[in-house]
Parts: sequence; structure tokens; C-alpha cells
Amino acid sequence: MRVTDKDVSYVADLANLELTDDERSRMVRDLNSILDYVDRLRELNTDNVEPMAQVSDRYGVDRTRQGPERFDYASREDILYGLRKSLPHEEAMSNAPDPDENFFQVPKVIER
Amino acid sequence: MNFTSLTIDATRSAIQERKTTSMAMVESFYEKIEKEDGEIGAFLTLTRERAIEQADRIDRMAAKGKPLPPLGGVPVAIKDVMCTRGVRTTAGSKILGNFIPPYDCTAVARLEAAGAVILGKLNCDEFAMGSSNENSAFRPVHNPHDKTRVPGGSSGGSAAAVAADMAVAALGSDTGGSIRQPAAFCGVVGLMPTYGRVSRYGLIAFASSLDHIGPLARTVKDAAILLGTIAGRDPMDATSADVPVPDYVAEFEKPVPGIRIGVAKEYFGEGLDAEVKKAVEDAIQALAKLGCEVVPVSLPHSKYAIPAYYLVATAEASSNLARFDGVRYGYRAKSARTLSEMYRRSRDEGFGAEVKRRIMLGTYALSAGYYDAYYLKAQKVRTLLTRDFEEAFKKVDAIVTPTTPTAAFKLGEKVDDPLAMYLADIYTVTADLAGIPGISIPCGRTRENLPIGLQILGKHFDEATILRVANAYERAGVGS
Repeated sequence: MRVTDKDVSYVADLANLELTDDERSRMVRDLNSILDYVDRLRELNTDNVEPMAQVSDRYGVDRTRQGPERFDYASREDILYGLRKSLPHEEAMSNAPDPDENFFQVPKVIER
Repeated sequence: MNFTSLTIDATRSAIQERKTTSMAMVESFYEKIEKEDGEIGAFLTLTRERAIEQADRIDRMAAKGKPLPPLGGVPVAIKDVMCTRGVRTTAGSKILGNFIPPYDCTAVARLEAAGAVILGKLNCDEFAMGSSNENSAFRPVHNPHDKTRVPGGSSGGSAAAVAADMAVAALGSDTGGSIRQPAAFCGVVGLMPTYGRVSRYGLIAFASSLDHIGPLARTVKDAAILLGTIAGRDPMDATSADVPVPDYVAEFEKPVPGIRIGVAKEYFGEGLDAEVKKAVEDAIQALAKLGCEVVPVSLPHSKYAIPAYYLVATAEASSNLARFDGVRYGYRAKSARTLSEMYRRSRDEGFGAEVKRRIMLGTYALSAGYYDAYYLKAQKVRTLLTRDFEEAFKKVDAIVTPTTPTAAFKLGEKVDDPLAMYLADIYTVTADLAGIPGISIPCGRTRENLPIGLQILGKHFDEATILRVANAYERAGVGS
């Protein structure tokens, strides 16, 4: 078993999840089973292989150009309302679980 | 006349020629949904007001004898991972149970601008994570062909709605097979375009380097029409490609003789159901008869696709889903005393089991000490998988495979075994990783009368060729 209870607690903490005791023990089981399967990737020698983070780096770019210029078609001028106006304040707040007139309210941030 | 089973062109013509009205058409679909969706569960929200408003606009055009736009009056439905202004959009999750987006997804806006009538929002696996639609926080979807079976996922509601004539067509999203796999299970056409072909603006993100929007429809032509409508550069999505969009409908009717079809042995090995295998082999024979040249190709890294996919996809998901914190929108847990407790409880109560599992796996794969071994390794394998396709496409114009290893499985059959569920996507994840387009079309039935899907994969931005092959096969009439 590579993933232990302790690992699950640590990762849950990073992911801002709490998880119940049942969920934790199930998570230990599931993550181990998935990672065992994923282990077959180790069979492959990838020493000289570039990682591929996204498709658009390889395709759909302007291939006549080099470097970041390949993406020039996707950039715009850095100006206010470059693509569209911002949402009206009221609309931007309309889905907030706990708004007051102007702000999103949250529980206390700093504990004393 | 049964108005709910028409194609896009027939629907539009019936309204244009005043054999019916867009309003009457909308009503027949809502009646059908009312009568049949209770047992299927495809719709989460009906957008009656919006549909009636659009139908009225189309009817006024038709009454004046004006030519209707390409989708004029055509009733469609949208997977609930695409934002619709003023209409609840849940992503199949409790955490977005009351979310009302302030803007429209580009693909949805383009459909409506082309005259389509949006009937409602469709059920799906939570955040599009799943292969059976059983991960919906609201209810599972049942396969219209056999209600004890799953419709596939994550676009299960989209496939079921189209199969059951509850919409002419639907939009779905595909990150690891979520358009093609349910299309195969429900016996409809499902098209995943090239990455970047269709804007992702307004699509609730699962894994941004793998997410695609695409159509599910009853015919290849309908899928081609829909793709032509939603495709093309959108300044609101920097990854949407600046590549010209051909006229797919003109392209897809071109003859197929001479087209080279690749067949990769890696897609016919262990785990492939015998009946599915036979149906796909028959389909390849049929394509050969139509004049396609069948060429063996090799995609040697295929068996590494599922492990690479589940690392890349979950890593991206763990990052994308960090935004759900109960502050600006979405579910917030009551009674939390501190900010950090509020984050945790909101996410704990708001997310379902599979979403938490993937956030955990992705966070683990990205965490210090494991990043190189898992996430970076998977990205490198992604390069190898993509090179496999690049090599193969030097020899062929399209590659034909089964869409899924089996036909639709039973509800409940795989819910307790995440790995078994992941393997349902074994033939579809490769195209998402490489960013190439793929289509699933019906290619016969099993002895239990369940649909089987044929997958056709193409080169980057060459949807036209796979539509052409799919159309030739569909026309030959051997698959339905």
C-alpha cells in the first residue's frame, strides 16, 4: 500500500476537503487501486520525451512563426473593456450565497 | 406526421413550408418529454420561456416568407455543463444546484443565433466525470433502448434525449469519451471535434487541455450541420484555434473511394466483447466495399492511455475545481465558524464521491514528491500517444475502431469499482489526449438488441474526412 491514511489526510488538506472516516478509508482503497494500475507508465522510458501540457501548442497555432509569436492570433490589446464590458455589479453578486450591499461576506478570516 | 423524429433539414423545412409552426413543434417535444422523460431522466431543467420566445421569432419569419436560418425552429437541448444566461446550470452537481449564469456559452449562443430552439438542460455525470451518468447529483439517466442499463456518460442525458426523440439534437462535452461513448450506448451519432475547433467559453471546466464541446444527433449530416454552426475562432477562448472552418455539409458528401482507413490491432485486443468486435469488423468490410483502402497501422502506446489520462485529467480537475469555495457563487455550508472550515464543509457537502476521488487523485499527482513520477510522466506519455497518431496519419486518412469495448452495461454494475468504470473509456481517451477529432456512429446491435458504436478518428482539424467516411457508411444502411 503506497497511499496511507496519513497521505489521504495530507492530500485532503491540500485540496480543502475534510472527508468523513468512511470516505477516508474508501479513498485509501480507491487511490491505491488506481495508482497500482497507473504504475504501468513506469515501463516506458520517457527520458528524452518533451511533456505535452496542451494541444494548442502543437496544432492550431501560426506555424510560420516561432516562439510565443505563434499565439499572436489569440492576444489582444491590454485595454479596459478589451473584449466586453465587465458584468454590472448587481449581476456579478447575484449568485453569492451571502452578499451584503457591496461585498461577498465570509466567516472570520483571522483567528485570535 | 411525427414531428419529433425529423432531421434538422426536415424540421426546418416543415416550418419554412408552413406544414407546422415552430411553436407547435416545441409543444410536441414538451409533450413527448412530459410523457417519457419520467422513466429516462434526461432533462434537469426545461427552458420553456426561452423556447417559446425563440419559436415565436422563427414563426414570424416563416409567416412573412423569409428564409429561415440553417437551424430555424430546430429544437435542441444542452448538456448542463454549458452556461445559459438566466437559466440554472448545475454541471450535475449539488455545489451548483442554484447557479444562474450571467452569460451564455459561445456554442449555445451560436446555435440560437442560427435559429435553434433550446428546449432545456440535460442531465450528466457531476462535472462531466463519469462513464454511466450515475454520478449525477440529481438522478441517474436510463438508456432508452433498455431502461435497466446506463446511457453512458458523461453526456448520458444528451445521448438519451436524442435517442428517445426528446430533442432533434443536443450538445455534449467530451474530455475522455463523454460524447462518443454515450452516443455508442444509445445508438446515435456523437462527434468530438479537434481540440480548439469549438470555443470552450462558458463550458464549466473539468480538464481544460482535454475538454471539447460537440454535437450528438441522429444522422451524420445533422452532426455536420451543428459542427459548422458552433465551430470557429472565438476571442473569448484563447485556445480556440484560428483555423478556417470548411463547409462540412458540402465536404461530407464527397465520395470515399481511395480514402485510406487505418485499423490498429491495439483496439481489438483483450477486453473487447466478441459481438462488438464482429460488428466493427463487418463495418470495416463494408467500408472496404465502398471503396476505402484498409491499411493496418500501429498505435503502440494505446495501453498507456487510460493511466496517462487519469493523471492528466484529474490533475487539471483538482486545479479547476479549486474555485468552488462557497464565496462568490455555489453552495455554502451553514454554520461554519471560520473561513477555512467554510471552504472545507462547502466542498465536502457540495461535491459527490467521484468528484472528490478525482480531486484527491489529481492533488496527489501534483503534490511535492509525486509531480515528476505522476503528472510529468503522464504528460510525456501524452506526447508518445500523440506521436503514435502522427505516424499513423502519415499512412492513412482516418482510423476506425470500436467506440467502446462492450455495449451498454447495467445500472449499478460498475459503481463500486472506479477502475472498471474508467476502462469503459479505453478506446476514446486516446483522441482527447492527442487532440484529434473522433465520431461515433451506430454499427449494428447485439443479440440483446443494444446499439454498438463505430469510432472514426481523424487528423487534427480534418473533421471533414471522418464525416465523409461516417456518411458513406450511414448511407450504405448496414449499421442501423
